[in-house]
Amino acid sequence: MNAASPSRAGWALVLPLVAFIAIAFLAPIATMLLRSVHDPEITDLMPRTRQALARWDGIGVPQMAAEAVTADLQEASATNQIGRLAQRLNREQNGLRRLIDVTARELEQNPDTQLARIDPGWSDPDLWRILARVTSPWTGRHLLNALDVTVTADGALVRQEEVRRLYVDLFLRTAWVAALVTLICALLGYPYAYAMAASGPSLRTLLLFLVLLPFWTSLLVRATAWIVLLQRRGVINEGLLAMGLISETGRLDLIYNMTGTIIVMVHVLLPFFVLPLYSVMAGLPTSYVRASASLGAHPLRTFARVYLPLTYPGVAAGGLLVFILSLGYYVTPALVGGRTGQLISNQIAFHMQRSLNWGLAAALGTLLLLAVLLLALTLPRLAERGGLRA
Amino acid sequence: MNRLARFGFYLLCGLIAAFLVLPLLVIVPLSFNPEPYFSFTPAMLQLDPAGWSLRWYREIAESAQWRLALRNSLSIAAVVTPLATLLGTMAALGLRRLPTRPRKMVAVIIASPLVVPVILFATGVYFFLAPLGLTQSFTGIILAHTALAAPYVVVTVGSTLTTFDERLLRAASILGSPPLSAFFKVTLPLIAPGIASGALFAFVTSFDEAVIALFLAGYDQRTIPLQMWSGVRDQLSPAVLAAATLMVLLVTIIMLAAMLIARSARSAGARR
Repeated sequence: MNAASPSRAGWALVLPLVAFIAIAFLAPIATMLLRSVHDPEITDLMPRTRQALARWDGIGVPQMAAEAVTADLQEASATNQIGRLAQRLNREQNGLRRLIDVTARELEQNPDTQLARIDPGWSDPDLWRILARVTSPWTGRHLLNALDVTVTADGALVRQEEVRRLYVDLFLRTAWVAALVTLICALLGYPYAYAMAASGPSLRTLLLFLVLLPFWTSLLVRATAWIVLLQRRGVINEGLLAMGLISETGRLDLIYNMTGTIIVMVHVLLPFFVLPLYSVMAGLPTSYVRASASLGAHPLRTFARVYLPLTYPGVAAGGLLVFILSLGYYVTPALVGGRTGQLISNQIAFHMQRSLNWGLAAALGTLLLLAVLLLALTLPRLAERGGLRA
Repeated sequence: MNRLARFGFYLLCGLIAAFLVLPLLVIVPLSFNPEPYFSFTPAMLQLDPAGWSLRWYREIAESAQWRLALRNSLSIAAVVTPLATLLGTMAALGLRRLPTRPRKMVAVIIASPLVVPVILFATGVYFFLAPLGLTQSFTGIILAHTALAAPYVVVTVGSTLTTFDERLLRAASILGSPPLSAFFKVTLPLIAPGIASGALFAFVTSFDEAVIALFLAGYDQRTIPLQMWSGVRDQLSPAVLAAATLMVLLVTIIMLAAMLIARSARSAGARR
């Protein structure tokens, strides 16, 4: 730490963490981005077909490729990969599972049969175009699927059929929930932060403690607590029943739906709104408000014209934080959202863990990451331009 | 504000405060429920001692699964906390010495694990570690938790450093102290409270983390949050309430410790 080269010492101190984050964090994120456009699973299972079709001009039925498919299917049968291949191809084009199963079974009996004899499907040029596309390791189809768009055999982009359109709606719903949660946090957080800033030291410490306790408490604990309160046989329903406000059949569905997701998300994220806002409010000089009051302004007018604008930076910081955090929330909706209260993150986890459609999971993740980064980079700048910086 | 408006305002704030903490407090008495229900039994409401029981605490204390989970969580945090604290403190000290523009860039890189949704990190880590055979291993969880925890250390230590007076180091150097010994005798004692609260943050980050663990832990690496996860999702048992109560207690103790550290830092600052 030579005083003459402060920045060299600085780099030496900073680099270990930067290198660590590059390897342990940025590299995994880059892997996810790559996975959304690079999916070698089918290529690895059909290497000969891939080679044969890479040079194909896309017209008619390629004879050379038929031999390659025969060889690939025989190898897949021999190594017990045929089921995986059939399922994987079926995900790209409905009906391919049956075709592959039938063909592979026939090839096991009579290895020399021509493909077109086994099933007329193999004489369809469209099938070969589809095969040419899906055996390429580079693909835009996951990203397109994540936007509810699919590719037809001749390469045109069309919207998914109605029942399979899921993700655009889900992205919109996630954004809507995030906006709603942010709004509720603002309505509850503003008066609370004001009370903290305006009260004496002991009450302030108490209020701070009350906001920090849930902030530091595990998400799992908080979800558990809300389930206990809100479920059909939970504390609130039992209480209302005991007071005779609802009947046995009129128990309220407060959890395992979108209502539950929103209530618990507000609870989880409220401290993230209150704390930055409080730090702005605590730093404000009281003289402006006093000046406004002594010049005869009504307290409400003083609040609206003087105090509120001064606290905008805190509102913007807290609001942005809450909005961005809600866009990517996973734990809370997974635990209390039931079937209808799920957000985009839950769909990513679903494709990672259950459907094992990793390409689609990576594509949905890529879109979510883009949305978050775009907001994180542009909104503070917009706020700055709008004069929201103190 | 007239008195009525003031009363209404504080009532509103009281309700918001209740919304924040009451849910956490409700689970405490319910964890002493002798029956496998999640609501108050009549005997409990009459404060009849026979209506209360330590049944669920006994259950988690005797359960091999919960004990394994506790051991795993503590082992992971025991590596993550010192690693993140060391890397984070060094980076916070180094950041101040960089010229403005590279400093901003480095700060963005360091803060990125806090902005990117954890589910994306978990997904990426899974893709990244699967070919290396590091899923279902402690190594993967520890690396990922350290990346999540270290930025918090940078933030806490960094905010302590803003009040640190660089002239003290120059004074030490004029008085003939080599830089390293000046660091240990001057800088370190003054920023120790920031490092301590950064370490607490790192510990809590790792101890509470569920999403990474959900993706990377096999059965043998189950942590406390995972144990609670299956307790909430799969087999809702009041044993979860006992565990949750213990965790609220732990957090309260840690918070009081952090407040004491902050107070001692303030009085140390006042002495200076």
